[in-house]
Amino acid sequence: MSKAARIPVREQCAKARVTNFDEVCLGYSLEEAIAEAARCLNCKNAKCVGDCPVAIDIPAFISHVKKGEITEAAKVIAKASALPAVCGRVCPQESQCEGKCIVGIKGEAVAIGKLERFVADWARENQVDTAEVEPKNGRKVAVIGSGPAGLTCAGELARKGYEITVFEALHEPGGVLVYGIPEFRLPKETVVKTEIENLKKMGVKIETNVIIGKTVTIDELLNEEGFDAVFIGSGAGLPKFMGISGENANGVFSANEFLTRNNLMKAFKEEYSTPIKVGKRVAVVGGGNVAMDAARTAARLGAETHIVYRRSEAELPARVEEVHHAKEEGIIFDVLTNPTEILVDDKGWVTGLKCIKMELGEADASGRRKPVEVANSEFVMEVDTVIMSLGTSPNPLISSTTQGLEINKWQCIVADEETGLTSRERVYAGGDAVTGAATVILAMGAGKKAAAAINEMLMGAKQ
Amino acid sequence: MYKIVEKRKLAPQIYLMDVEAPRVAKSARPGQFVIVKMNEKGERIPLTICDYDADRGTVTIVFQTLGQSTVEMAGYEVGDYFTDFAGPLGEASEFIYEDIAELKQERLVFVAGGVGTAPVYPQVKWLQQQGVQVDVIIGARSQDFVILEEEMKALGANVYVTTDDGSYSRKGLVTDVLKGLIDGGAAYDHVIAIGPMIMMKFVAKLTKGYNIKTTISLNPIMVDGTGMCGACRVSVGDEIKFACVDGPEFDGHLVDFDEAMRRQAMYKTEEGRYKLEAEKGSHTGGCCGGKQ
Ligand SMILES: Cc1cc2nc3c(=O)[nH]c(=O)nc-3n(C[C@H](O)[C@H](O)[C@H](O)COP(=O)(O)OP(=O)(O)OC[C@H]3O[C@@H](n4cnc5c(N)ncnc54)[C@H](O)[C@@H]3O)c2cc1C
Ligand SMILES: Cc1cc2nc3c(=O)[nH]c(=O)nc-3n(C[C@H](O)[C@H](O)[C@H](O)COP(=O)(O)OP(=O)(O)OC[C@H]3O[C@@H](n4cnc5c(N)ncnc54)[C@H](O)[C@@H]3O)c2cc1C
Ligand code: SF4
Ligand code: SF4
Ligand code: FES
Ligand SMILES: [Mg+2]
Repeated sequence: MSKAARIPVREQCAKARVTNFDEVCLGYSLEEAIAEAARCLNCKNAKCVGDCPVAIDIPAFISHVKKGEITEAAKVIAKASALPAVCGRVCPQESQCEGKCIVGIKGEAVAIGKLERFVADWARENQVDTAEVEPKNGRKVAVIGSGPAGLTCAGELARKGYEITVFEALHEPGGVLVYGIPEFRLPKETVVKTEIENLKKMGVKIETNVIIGKTVTIDELLNEEGFDAVFIGSGAGLPKFMGISGENANGVFSANEFLTRNNLMKAFKEEYSTPIKVGKRVAVVGGGNVAMDAARTAARLGAETHIVYRRSEAELPARVEEVHHAKEEGIIFDVLTNPTEILVDDKGWVTGLKCIKMELGEADASGRRKPVEVANSEFVMEVDTVIMSLGTSPNPLISSTTQGLEINKWQCIVADEETGLTSRERVYAGGDAVTGAATVILAMGAGKKAAAAINEMLMGAKQ
Repeated sequence: MYKIVEKRKLAPQIYLMDVEAPRVAKSARPGQFVIVKMNEKGERIPLTICDYDADRGTVTIVFQTLGQSTVEMAGYEVGDYFTDFAGPLGEASEFIYEDIAELKQERLVFVAGGVGTAPVYPQVKWLQQQGVQVDVIIGARSQDFVILEEEMKALGANVYVTTDDGSYSRKGLVTDVLKGLIDGGAAYDHVIAIGPMIMMKFVAKLTKGYNIKTTISLNPIMVDGTGMCGACRVSVGDEIKFACVDGPEFDGHLVDFDEAMRRQAMYKTEEGRYKLEAEKGSHTGGCCGGKQ
């Protein structure tokens, strides 16, 4: 049975979807899910589980799907993951669970992510209640940031009876899930909002528009507002620029700005006030998930869009599925190409991107072959918009206002890997704020570990 | 939700509002700003904090109607709510970290242009309350546009008013008044200028000649206001700064004003552009929202 090909998942056709922001992947039907689940060998020593950062019992949930017991499947997943509808959509499955699937050795791996997504969507649509909340224990924990790390930590602790307040700097909770990842990959109303509503149902309080370090400090939360512990899940939101000439020209944006205007502020919808500028020809510099999201957004806003990446296609850090989708949508990949200057007209607007061709040289310390410039290969790409997607680092707002909170040279908060404990007592941290820009599932894993450690610390203290 | 508890029209197109936002009121310091989002579909609008009252839990904003959002904001009345009001954002003015005894030895002058008079107010208030005597130069297009003059005087500051058309007090630009005061013997140690970009540029140019330390408050386009998008980046010396977290106040002698003015024009709406064009030719009128 395992030799059978993977059940293809229905998608919006590429021609239609580049004209809208609706979700690209339509997901499995119940029949399709059952058929795909049948490809799983239900391994005793399942390799897939080892490479899922939150160790979902994959064979167990898939066996339930096989038998059509979706509620049961949802319960299995809920034991390990608070945001399956999100992870099923955005996890880099090919390098995690699916990368280790036995079936994948000779054929195509079981579509674990798509099955997880199916179960989560089905559970939501059928209002399966997976949340069990213990009675209140009288302890208060503050969670800073409402991205996957914060939401997971909040959920875990709320379930154990803690009184949780999540403080979010923006006006909408969700972190990168709402401001970064576009609607066409992760629907906000149905998926993200529902997850947040579920937390509220468990009694989690969410205070938006509170910038920790500005509106109130961590010390005030602990000493004046009576919180017993704090979890920092403030992400890595500070965008990097290249430092090349012309980078402050009109028409040069960070991917964060471009995506925030579109996703959080909904600039693509006529009735929303926030403007977005996209020219006729756009160059997105970078090759990660963020670059793909920015490029595919620009394409949907009507621009001819190029990805400009200095290594070769094989090194693109983005998920394979996103690269594939981007290509289907007509994004042009200019690989082994590195920008050297942004050309600007006399009014300060972008007119072009000067680039140089690259080739791969010797492998560096990380084992990746280092791109080196090809002599005399400079050329100008005629573009009117440049979107910089070069990575992000943690924002110093919290570290600079919290005495004794240790950070490393990348501005990341130093925290114990197992517990999330920082250099400050009762202050824990996890997710991108600690690791630098990583993944949703790793942030969730960190939120979960910290919740367990906070519980142990406070319940230990109680006795 | 953040309730509007007071609304006053200070001048044609300039409104003051007190908004209930207890957390912001408690932490606000002179020099900082807030981001207001009026409703679900609204944009995030940065506005300087003009006053704050921790006991009442209110924050005062003063804004000029420029384009779509500020015009819509002017339609909000007492009892209405803004869905979002985030802050305080940005760094507080540098002087609040200085030693008061030393501050008292310094001679400070504020240069306020148009609606930029409003963000000057909390700074003057803070200093006067600490016993630091300051001078304030207020410039406006005409008499109707002079705001907060009486309030500044009530704080005990020495106030000089000038209008572009001479309809009130004296005729001329704020830079003329500043130059007159300096040449007349006022040994200023620190000039703080807040107003239209072009005004701040010329103040900085003037004070550079006299080698007087000058602070200006930038108002670039912002989205989040928390350091996440980089829309607000400005060149200061040979560094790139994010005005929302590193500023909004910077050393006026290091800021690349021309670049900042070009960037400010990036998202002008049609109404905004119309208004800005109508105001061309004035250095002191306008607003702190930017003019070419
Ligand atoms: C465009 C884009 C696409 C991505 N695509 C993928 C993908 O396909 N798959 C994947 O696994 N990962 C992807 N990632 C990465 C993933 O989204 C992040 O690793 C993950 O969201 C990190 O979670 P977090 O909870 O640590 O932080 P975040 O999601 O960044 O959330 C942090 C939250 O904290 C808030 N905050 C920050 N400072 C403060 C403060 N001082 N006070 C209060 N609140 C504060 C922020 O506003 C934000 O809401 C993508 C990232 C981006 C930007
Ligand atoms: C730190 C800071 C403090 C400010 N304080 C005040 C204040 O106290 N009172 C006041 O009247 N104005 C203030 N402004 C300017 C105010 O934010 C703009 O006037 C307002 O956003 C214009 O919106 P609009 O839709 O009405 O106009 P639009 O027609 O959209 O734009 C008109 C002009 O306003 C500016 N502008 C537009 N959108 C933004 C934005 N998102 N961020 C910043 N500027 C923008 C641009 O210069 C633009 O050319 C401040 C700006 C900043 C950055
Ligand atoms: S959470 Fe991610 S890694 Fe784990 S099973 Fe789901 S898709 Fe795979
Ligand atoms: S490794 Fe593949 S076949 Fe084995 S349990 Fe996991 S998903 Fe099923
Ligand atoms: S407004 Fe986004 S970084 Fe300053
Ligand atoms: Mg506007």
